[in-house]
Amino acid sequence: MSWIAVEDLQRLFQDIAAVMTSERDNLCQLDGVIGDADHGIAMELGFTAAAKAVGGLDPTAADPTAVFNTAAKAFLNAVGASSGPLYATAFMRAGAAVKGKASLSESDMLDAFSALAKGIQDRGKAEVGEKTMVDAWAPAAAACEHARAQGGTLHECLLEALKAAETGRDATRNMVASKGRSARLGERSLGHVDPGAASAVLIIESIRGSFP
Amino acid sequence: MRQEGVAIAFQDAATGRIGVKTKKLINDGGAAVDEMLEGILAAHPDHLYAIDGSPRSIVAKHGPRDGKVGLVIGGGSGHEPSFLGFVGKGLADAAAVGNVFASPPPDPIIECAKAVDSGAGVLFMYGNYAGDVMNFDMAAEMLAMDDIEVRTVVTTDDVASAPRDTRETRRGVAGNVFVFKAAGAACDLMHPLDEVERIARKANDHTFTMGVALSPCSLPQTLRPNFEIGDDEMEVGMGIHGEPGVARETLRPADAVTDELLDAILADAQMTPGTRVAVLVNSLGSTPLMELYIIMRRVKARLDAADIVIHTSLVGNYCTSLEMAGASVTLMRLDDELQTLIDHPCDCAMFRSGKIAR
Repeated sequence: MSWIAVEDLQRLFQDIAAVMTSERDNLCQLDGVIGDADHGIAMELGFTAAAKAVGGLDPTAADPTAVFNTAAKAFLNAVGASSGPLYATAFMRAGAAVKGKASLSESDMLDAFSALAKGIQDRGKAEVGEKTMVDAWAPAAAACEHARAQGGTLHECLLEALKAAETGRDATRNMVASKGRSARLGERSLGHVDPGAASAVLIIESIRGSFP
Repeated sequence: MRQEGVAIAFQDAATGRIGVKTKKLINDGGAAVDEMLEGILAAHPDHLYAIDGSPRSIVAKHGPRDGKVGLVIGGGSGHEPSFLGFVGKGLADAAAVGNVFASPPPDPIIECAKAVDSGAGVLFMYGNYAGDVMNFDMAAEMLAMDDIEVRTVVTTDDVASAPRDTRETRRGVAGNVFVFKAAGAACDLMHPLDEVERIARKANDHTFTMGVALSPCSLPQTLRPNFEIGDDEMEVGMGIHGEPGVARETLRPADAVTDELLDAILADAQMTPGTRVAVLVNSLGSTPLMELYIIMRRVKARLDAADIVIHTSLVGNYCTSLEMAGASVTLMRLDDELQTLIDHPCDCAMFRSGKIAR
């Protein structure tokens, strides 16, 4: 595959925004079972704002870091909530990981992906098993790193990441929440997929779809 | 299919399924918060203004002044009159306004802090929720770079949300009003930041809330009930965003429900005979004053029997959850210091008490 340019990243954010718009009500419904039913709204708002702000950048003048930072700021200010700081931190970390590059190699993109997942974990201070979006992001990052160490292409690495994220998402069904609002639920959170993990899978799916 | 709350059945054009949409007097779900703010500013021009270029930062016209600690509160919309209704002289100096049930992002919080800082420092107060903590902490970190000193006290009054030995993990609900009130009075009395912070923590430690929900609310953007509950059921301990509570039970008469709420509070607060309290009987949105006063009647009888003295009472909508039906009871244990602060006058857009001195 060729180099990943600013236009490719602009398109990626548009793709994610489109997915969040179409999945909004499903995510809200998941959140209604164990939270306050607004996760789909936050994700749609955040990615729509991010896609719009990123789309306004001049691809001949902006670099990938500017795309990620612009997305971070737009997402944060549109959303607030908990997903705002989490994804804003993620995008800023991704931007920092590829600082100074005019376009991204496959390897750079994998650096950005790992940094993104790490940013979410650092900001949310959550560990795997606490029934949060980290249950999708952390195994995705690990699987991606593993595939990369085996010499996998970007596409292969992202495919492994997606599979691991899906497994992680499904595993949240059997977890008791201990972070975020649903933590107050205790045992009653059992049996329901975490909406943050579900939306994380949608994002990773979009990223994989962007680099076939 | 029957559904609790104000709702109408509809057939989804795409799927053909029968669903339920709630009825609301709104224009556009996505614009609800901003249109509400326009209305609030239109109604209360003597009390409030929005910062130029930061429309989600609402500041008191009277209140912030030289040498006074600035009190910034905030949180998601949908809890009105919380939080911006408590902005005014003698109480909070500014409120940062989030989307419905969502913490405001750092920017409007930062603008609020800058607007009310007079060199004496700023206190952030808000309910203990993961999102609010992250956004207010990010704001505090950025303000520190501008040499504005910020302290934070989160409210944790919801007895139902965690056991007593992990009180610091409890969420903040209607008892916010008393905790903000005490801290705001301390600011108005020109106490320094250390002292205001101490008082705010103490006020929070003395405040205990327990609620019950009867029917769900719906977000303006979804118009769907945010949880399901049977016609004859209630949820004890439900959160103000519809987070499930501690028990789903059959609805019982007001006295029995009030007893259940008070028993939990009294066991937690360990109040001895002779204790003075401030009482708040709060509607979660659609429960009317008639029912709140029926609850208040029972609270009075129970506290009399326990020889607990009611110093002052508030009954009404103080911390709501859109149109959710249900109520909460809050007791704040008063000592001389807190009683003086609770009695201190304040004049806010949606709340006032005591004699007004300007």
